[in-house]
Amino acid sequence: MTDPALRASRARQRRSRWFAHGALLLGVLIFALPIWITLVGSTHDVNTIGRGDVPLWFGAHGIENYLAAWSRGSAALRNTRAVPAGTMLWNSMVMATLIAVGKITISILSAYAVVFFAFPGRMLFFWMIFITLMLPIEVRIIPTFQVMVDLHLTDSMAGLVIPVIASATATLLFRQFFLTIPDEYVEAAKIDGAGPLRFFRDVVLPLSRTNIAALFVILFIYGWNQYLWPLLIITDTSLETIVVGLSKMIGRGDAQNEWNAIMATAILALLPPVAVVVLMQRWFVKGLTETEK
Amino acid sequence: MATLTLNDIRKSFGSTTVLHGINLDIAEGEMVVIVGASGCGKSTLLRIAAGLETPTSGTVRIADRDVTELEPADRDIAMVFQNYALYPHMTVFDNMAYGLKIRGMTRDAIRQRVEEAAGLLGITPLLSRRPRELSGGQRQRVAMGRAIVREPKLFLFDEPLSNLDAKLRVQMRAEIRRLQRRLGVTSLFVTHDQVEAMTLGDRLVVMNQGRAAQIATPMEIFAKPADTYVAAFIGSPSMNLLRATLDDGGRSATLAAGGSVSFDEPRPGPAGQAVIIGIRPEHVTLGGELPVAIELVEPLGSETVLHGTLPSGEAMAVRVQGAAPVNGGSMPVSFTHSIHVFDAETGKRI
Repeated sequence: MTDPALRASRARQRRSRWFAHGALLLGVLIFALPIWITLVGSTHDVNTIGRGDVPLWFGAHGIENYLAAWSRGSAALRNTRAVPAGTMLWNSMVMATLIAVGKITISILSAYAVVFFAFPGRMLFFWMIFITLMLPIEVRIIPTFQVMVDLHLTDSMAGLVIPVIASATATLLFRQFFLTIPDEYVEAAKIDGAGPLRFFRDVVLPLSRTNIAALFVILFIYGWNQYLWPLLIITDTSLETIVVGLSKMIGRGDAQNEWNAIMATAILALLPPVAVVVLMQRWFVKGLTETEK
Repeated sequence: MATLTLNDIRKSFGSTTVLHGINLDIAEGEMVVIVGASGCGKSTLLRIAAGLETPTSGTVRIADRDVTELEPADRDIAMVFQNYALYPHMTVFDNMAYGLKIRGMTRDAIRQRVEEAAGLLGITPLLSRRPRELSGGQRQRVAMGRAIVREPKLFLFDEPLSNLDAKLRVQMRAEIRRLQRRLGVTSLFVTHDQVEAMTLGDRLVVMNQGRAAQIATPMEIFAKPADTYVAAFIGSPSMNLLRATLDDGGRSATLAAGGSVSFDEPRPGPAGQAVIIGIRPEHVTLGGELPVAIELVEPLGSETVLHGTLPSGEAMAVRVQGAAPVNGGSMPVSFTHSIHVFDAETGKRI
């Protein structure tokens, strides 16, 4: 204990531990503070925030604010096109789920084809899929909009989902995972008499479980956060998504914003993605870090 | 149970020819081992028999039925893979049952078959486990079980023992042999290990660069290797191969290292023809006129292997019973019996 080298090394360890924890705490504060302010703000009446105060502790109007946001939407008294948060949440939920499920279904099947079948132009197709990575929705938004108009799919859930339902990223990820599946499984299955679809269902799909879970989380959040495309394709307020609706709540004119309701809606908009992450966390981490042995 | 006939099997990948026409007949219940160095085409041949590869030309017949064009599943075969290829997400039971399930057997029949095979292999307590919870030897048994439950016409083994440690390998080797005898299933076994080949096979196919160098029983291959490749490949330490020229009359030859060897029967060929004299390390006679400069002594307990060089610079190994007669320096030897003679040009036995 009296060894000076040992003491010095202990002190050094302690210092580096303090430093690490200090840095982490600072990071947490930076990220959590805006959310905290929003959460607290959503429990005050409209005038408190309207005055320009930034309360740091809960007010007394939480329940009424959330009830109002859920059933009537913001600015229900003044704004005629306000949409209840409940409806918007439902729309977002359906859209994000359809996008995530659709992307996974399509990409896992195309990756399966690209990896396990030798067909002419296999690499060509793979690269064609790969290249679409360079074309996000923003780049092709005008032609996509035109196509949707021609197909009479504006103002519909299909119009919301279909243009973003294919995913090159997910295809690429599944392809990389499939390449790690030993050829012997394929051969053993051939000898067992399993056809391609049977092999897919009985072997590939169960082995991909963790990858599917991880991708579901990522793609669900991607879908939930869609902004530009829903803004463009949906004019019918009954199909409004929460992210778009939230930004529309903030008036750009002289009208006073109902910040308390906006904040309540923001908190509500936050909950489903958080729930998905929390519920699937175990799988999610496994899928990102673990390769099936 | 059936016969397997490979008729003039050729296989090329692009411009590389891997198999140059292999002919092989396997009788009912026979176990044939294909042995050879890596890259000799032995695995390709097995995969062609399995239907996992299609031959460039030639036919595969199982039980007198041409199966060359058939899918693996329709050939009524079972295969044991080098890394076992057990489905990691299925239990041992499901792994064994999978092939039967696909063939539409009833659940009761599947259960009965799997339990029977598991009993035979002593893996009944493992049936509800996953492959990752098993040791190497247990996985090996499960892989065998998966092959057995199918009650196939033909077993194919693709180096199934090479992932096991030495002790387990010996044990599983004996077990595979016993099982194969008991079930009487025609089998084709691929390995690079000559001991495995010698102990398992009713007959061996020694492959060298896409050709079958020799097809015969283990003892015949050991006693009468068809060429220098087979001679050097089978037996450990390898047979000594020494340059020599044939004497007039073909009854003896003069070694490049000096001295002469006489044969028990005359070999055809003109005097002065270049030949290779083969002598196994255990057949070298101690004492004589040929000095071996000893460089390395390997005591193995019941026997000792001495490595050295002849005056011609050729390497020479000698195996003696018990302890080494010398510890270094020079040891005189002679060759008096069990001499093999090969044509120096073609490498063929003469």
